[in-house]
Amino acid sequence: MARPVAVVPALNEESSIAAVIEGIRAFDPSFEVVVVADGSTDRTPEVAAEHGAQVLRLPFNVGIGGAVQTGFRYAWEQGCELVVRVDGDGQHDPAELGAVVAPVLAGEADVVVGSRFVGTDGYRSSRARRLGIRVLAWTLSALIRQRVTDPTSGFQAMNRRALGLFAADYPHDYPEVEATLMAHRGGLRRREVPVTMRERGGGRSSIGALRSVYYMIKVLLALFVDLFRRPAVPLEDA
Amino acid sequence: MTPLKVSIAGAIASILLVLVVLELIRSRRLKERYALLWLATGVVLFVLSVWRGGLNTIARWLGVTGYPPAVLFAVGILFVILVLLHYSTVISRLSDENVTLAQRLALLEHRLRKDEGPNPEG
Repeated sequence: MARPVAVVPALNEESSIAAVIEGIRAFDPSFEVVVVADGSTDRTPEVAAEHGAQVLRLPFNVGIGGAVQTGFRYAWEQGCELVVRVDGDGQHDPAELGAVVAPVLAGEADVVVGSRFVGTDGYRSSRARRLGIRVLAWTLSALIRQRVTDPTSGFQAMNRRALGLFAADYPHDYPEVEATLMAHRGGLRRREVPVTMRERGGGRSSIGALRSVYYMIKVLLALFVDLFRRPAVPLEDA
Repeated sequence: MTPLKVSIAGAIASILLVLVVLELIRSRRLKERYALLWLATGVVLFVLSVWRGGLNTIARWLGVTGYPPAVLFAVGILFVILVLLHYSTVISRLSDENVTLAQRLALLEHRLRKDEGPNPEG
């Protein structure tokens, strides 16, 4: 059977990428770590390769959604049954992968999302961004009739069924929000588990304050339009 | 004062614009990130068409005394210029990326041919 894949999107994360790769390997050495270097201009791809990761190098920056989907497509072609996504900037702690993976392995969920806001932990971010996240969480919860606490979390695990949907069609910049609605409309079972997220290990966040407002409007528009679309058609095994 | 017919025509045209843009997004012929400016155009023109007193006031501020709807046209043109400028930057980025893609493809093809040895087709 194909090895499980850990998709690690990374921009310029040469200072944190090694720890992320080693962390995933420490959690479970059977994982094939796939670093998607999204137009990196530093040594991220080289460092990743030195630490034994498969490196997919995008020729220029395509944005987080396109980068993650590249990894999903790779995993799909490998025939992979379990995929996790761990961000390359170090904010997701691979040691917490166990909780994220468990419901997928138990067959209880198709997509599992690690949430910063379930349970107790102090995740810090700007007030504008937190308000935006809350508006999106509220909107999504209403749309899919299930409580969504952390709509922008990229710390996820999924099975092949979910992989087929997201490899076929994945939204662009800020993809997790729209993907939540897509998963619901595609009949996937979603579950949230509590995780602690760390301060970013290195590099800097690609999202500033004004940008979060712009993204929020854009994502709300996308959610609204999605409601009038036919659900995406997942890839099927031949 | 703006003629009522002009206000009605402006409102209908801006509603149509918004509807067409939404349908283009829905059918995946237009991405949200390129649609926001068009939607803003539609909303602003709609507001200025329907809110006739407001259009008059703005016209007075700008010293347009003869024909207030001129402000409507001016705002419309302003937004079209913004959209065009935005598209120019998008096209510039796309052409850069296109060149990068072509170069990467040429290098890849070269490496593949070299690995395969002499190619009978040339």
